[in-house]
Amino acid sequence: MITALWIMVALAALLGMILGYASIRFRVEGNPLAEKIDAVLPQTQCGQCGYPGCKPYADAIAKGEADINLCPPGGEEGIHKLAELLGVEFKPFGENAQPKPKAVAFIDEQTCIGCTLCIQACPVDAIAGAAKQMHTIIASECTGCELCVPPCPVDCISMLPIEEQLTNWKWRYPVYALRQTS
Amino acid sequence: MLSSPFITRPLSVDRIMLRVLYALVPGIALYVWYFGPAILVSIALAVTAALATEALMLKLRDRPLRPFLSDYSALLTGCLIALSIPPLAPWWLPVIGSAFAIAVAKHLYGGLGSNPFNPAMIGYAVLIISFPHEMTHWLSPQGVGQSVLSLGQQLHYIFTSALPAGMQLDALTMSTPLDTLKTQLHLGMTVSDIRDLPIYGRLAGKGSEMVAAGFALGGLYLLVARIIPWQLPLAFLGTLFALSGVFNLIDPTHYAPPLFHWFSGAAMIGAFFILTDPITSPTTARGRIIFGIGAGLLTFLIRTYGGFPDGVAFATILMNMCVPLIDTWTQPRIFGKKKEDKR
Amino acid sequence: MIRLHRFHGGIHPPTHKAESTRTPIMSAPLPAQLTIPFRQHAGEAAKPVVQVGERVLKGQLIGEPVGAISSSIHAPTSGTITAIDLQQIAHPSALPDLCATLVPDGLDEWGVRQTLSYRQLSSDELQKHLRRSGIVGLGGAVFPSDMKLRHPIVVDTLVINGAECEPYITCDDMLMRERAEAIVRGIEILRHALGTDAVLIGIEDNKPQAISAMQRAVDDSSHPFKVIAVPTVYPGGSAKHLIKVLTGVEVPSGKLPTDVGVQCYNVATAYAVHRAVEHGETLVSRVVTVTGNVEQPRNYEALIGTPFSDLVALSIPKADTNRYIMGGPMMGVELPAVNVPLVKASNCVIAASDALFPPPPAAMPCIRCTRCAQVCPVELQPQDLYWFAQSHNFGKAQEYDLFDCIECGACAYVCPSSIPLVQYYRYAKSEIRARDHEKRAADLARERHEFRQFRIEREKQEKAERLAQKERAAAAAKAAAEAAAAIPTPLEPNADAEDTQQMRIDAALARAKEQAATAHPRNTEALTPEQRAEIEAIEVRRAHIHSLAADAGADDEPPKNSQGN
Repeated sequence: MITALWIMVALAALLGMILGYASIRFRVEGNPLAEKIDAVLPQTQCGQCGYPGCKPYADAIAKGEADINLCPPGGEEGIHKLAELLGVEFKPFGENAQPKPKAVAFIDEQTCIGCTLCIQACPVDAIAGAAKQMHTIIASECTGCELCVPPCPVDCISMLPIEEQLTNWKWRYPVYALRQTS
Repeated sequence: MLSSPFITRPLSVDRIMLRVLYALVPGIALYVWYFGPAILVSIALAVTAALATEALMLKLRDRPLRPFLSDYSALLTGCLIALSIPPLAPWWLPVIGSAFAIAVAKHLYGGLGSNPFNPAMIGYAVLIISFPHEMTHWLSPQGVGQSVLSLGQQLHYIFTSALPAGMQLDALTMSTPLDTLKTQLHLGMTVSDIRDLPIYGRLAGKGSEMVAAGFALGGLYLLVARIIPWQLPLAFLGTLFALSGVFNLIDPTHYAPPLFHWFSGAAMIGAFFILTDPITSPTTARGRIIFGIGAGLLTFLIRTYGGFPDGVAFATILMNMCVPLIDTWTQPRIFGKKKEDKR
Repeated sequence: MIRLHRFHGGIHPPTHKAESTRTPIMSAPLPAQLTIPFRQHAGEAAKPVVQVGERVLKGQLIGEPVGAISSSIHAPTSGTITAIDLQQIAHPSALPDLCATLVPDGLDEWGVRQTLSYRQLSSDELQKHLRRSGIVGLGGAVFPSDMKLRHPIVVDTLVINGAECEPYITCDDMLMRERAEAIVRGIEILRHALGTDAVLIGIEDNKPQAISAMQRAVDDSSHPFKVIAVPTVYPGGSAKHLIKVLTGVEVPSGKLPTDVGVQCYNVATAYAVHRAVEHGETLVSRVVTVTGNVEQPRNYEALIGTPFSDLVALSIPKADTNRYIMGGPMMGVELPAVNVPLVKASNCVIAASDALFPPPPAAMPCIRCTRCAQVCPVELQPQDLYWFAQSHNFGKAQEYDLFDCIECGACAYVCPSSIPLVQYYRYAKSEIRARDHEKRAADLARERHEFRQFRIEREKQEKAERLAQKERAAAAAKAAAEAAAAIPTPLEPNADAEDTQQMRIDAALARAKEQAATAHPRNTEALTPEQRAEIEAIEVRRAHIHSLAADAGADDEPPKNSQGN
């Protein structure tokens, strides 16, 4: 009885040492959690999560201060990815944070007065222009964050949804399901 | 919009399954010839239970009944279970085996195509563990047993478990040739002495060796028709032959010869009908060879040293477990890639 | 006789080629209206260079190539451009693309045809000519042919693809039967440009007439080309697989045939090269098979831009025809509408009915039977790829070499569960591409955002520094003033620094002045009196503007270098 107990204790100690050694010897120098989370986020820098950009939101999630369902541009898939990364349950979007179709901002150049307010608001410097000069969006760099829309004093910025074109068309998931409806 | 290709070759799942069923016919016919028609009753019971369970599970899982019931896969599972249990068994034996196989081993894992284990073998394993007594009463081949039951008497027994007055079950049945071999070896007899017992025929058990040959014939048809891959039966039977051959050469008094292993128990039906279930076997050529060798090795070990007389079922289940690993390991080289480019 | 090689898998679907080879190639009549898409080749779409309302001649450039991988688009006949707008084209998405609409004037009047003598041509000149002539691979991939001559390494074998492995399609077969001599001349031009010696013309052995016609043409030309009958197996006409069969060389995954010293052209491309070089004809027409559920299946030589409905009408579709497929039944696409235009890639149009191509039964679960793996010419594991694609496990799908799949459809053809495998692979591929794109966009956005943060931070710092400096300067000036007012005291270290900085600025100003004084405009010597007068007038104006600007500047902005006050 006592012998068996001792054997078990010795075995546990030995295995514990092996595990401890392995954790030091084979430690993977991974990026900190916040960076992994940041890599999943869509980088629109839109602030819809209530944080001033994707990185702060990632930090907040990493610290456990923020929920994972606050990023509408990431879509449901983004929540799934975060849930998987953090090992938590999927959480659907709240009422006030529903994803919208992808869009890019467009400046009506007839109305623009060149006030630079939108340039200051753009988180990715995707608006070209100068004081009293007409501004324009660099569409390829616009993340569709909509941050430039409210500051515009003449409401000349609109969000144009990205339409499906030949160049970005995708094959659909096959729809012939296993279930027969008839 | 439909994607190309717009033409297909008309070979569907149900036709494949149907051909496998055809291939079982010679074995079943010889079974009836040597052991009487009780097996047909057993098959009918197992198949009915399998189809009923399949329908129930499809209903519960909200799947369409018609395409899945008509794919013959449940029917095949039922047949295989009936063929692996004693024919003169109480009616609930094949029914429980089939129902468990279909409900648990198949549908709880996601239905056709998603089950990791061969349902028929899981059904068999459950029966032999739960009802070891009932599973050992195998019918004696005609002409060996002391008395013979008529079909009516057999039916009566199957459904009521009552024998005609004055008859003993032990007088009608016997243990399988493999079982007898194992028991008698324990009692100190040599292999050649044991094989002189009346239940043994030329190669293995009297009658059962012919049934095994019938299954082998059906299996050869499946090979020729390219319904099953050749690697699995070849690797399995080859390994079994080689191992038993080596042991038999070293010590013929304690180890049965290769052909005895081939034609006893579930070796033939296993090689051609059970291991070759595509859903639960590897998909690569090399993987199939590894799978066959592993199953052959385990079968021989269980038969020779294990606690059960036959090892095909457990060997199959154990190898089923290794399939994902084998598949990952044996991914073939693709066109335009050298071996070392691969992961 | 050369030794042929084999590739893994392949299938033998019924070929249905006899129907459309009974009658010779027929010239399709001029349609009432042509629709010419600007994207008919792999790579960037061409840029329109004609105006609406402009009259164009046959063969005239109407779209010029943009970027490296692109090609030219030409007017298929003479007439008037009536529109340049979005039109429906032959694409599975049914999305419209930029097209020119041309109403023919019926004269079919050729523009300038520049013929060349290929023997005097360098490869560079030929490339330019092919790009100008809009020659692209007519086997279906429509890759610009000039790009294929840009070989960085030596090409020692030229493979000519006359395999035409897909069922129903016979346009290359008929072209070889009827125009073998022209094809051989085209091959010779390509061979010359590539500087190779060995030319292997691979034709599937189910086209004996094409083989003998080509053999005769080669014999007549006395070029040492080899016409080789290759076994009929689908997809034997895939360039990489034909190369394997003929040379035994496997083009490595993700590489081009030129990487192993082989280049491959389709027979129809060789024909187009011949027409472009020796007749100066830009690519404005092609041979197309019209077959399937029609009364008179045959091949037509039709202008690019001809509506398919015109061609189909010529062959009289049967009553139960309910859809049309461009290309073969294995890899073709269903047309969104039958009036979409013929493009350079269109080798065949099949009238389909439910009797001819029965709709597939409902897909059953995969039973891992590996019939797909047995026929896959790329030796993939289609059942695994399917499993990953249907569960959106794209990383794993890529790991299992999804992008090596050539979408030949052999797997779906044999699948006993009728799973639309190819569509799953296409879905997975386009999702992966879209995700890669999104990932790149996100990385770019992150980078730009981080730079912006950095920039704002830097600006803040600079501003703070400037402010601090200003304060220091003010303090120093105050101190100096106090010191000057009082008894002379030793200078503070702060003022000392200020002094040196002021000195540096003065020095810089002096240097600038000196430079301005020594620098002379180059062209101001030996001027005529009129010019001098003009210059003086300009100087006066300039001075006036300067004074105006100075006044305005004084109002608006404080002077820039306001260090001392």
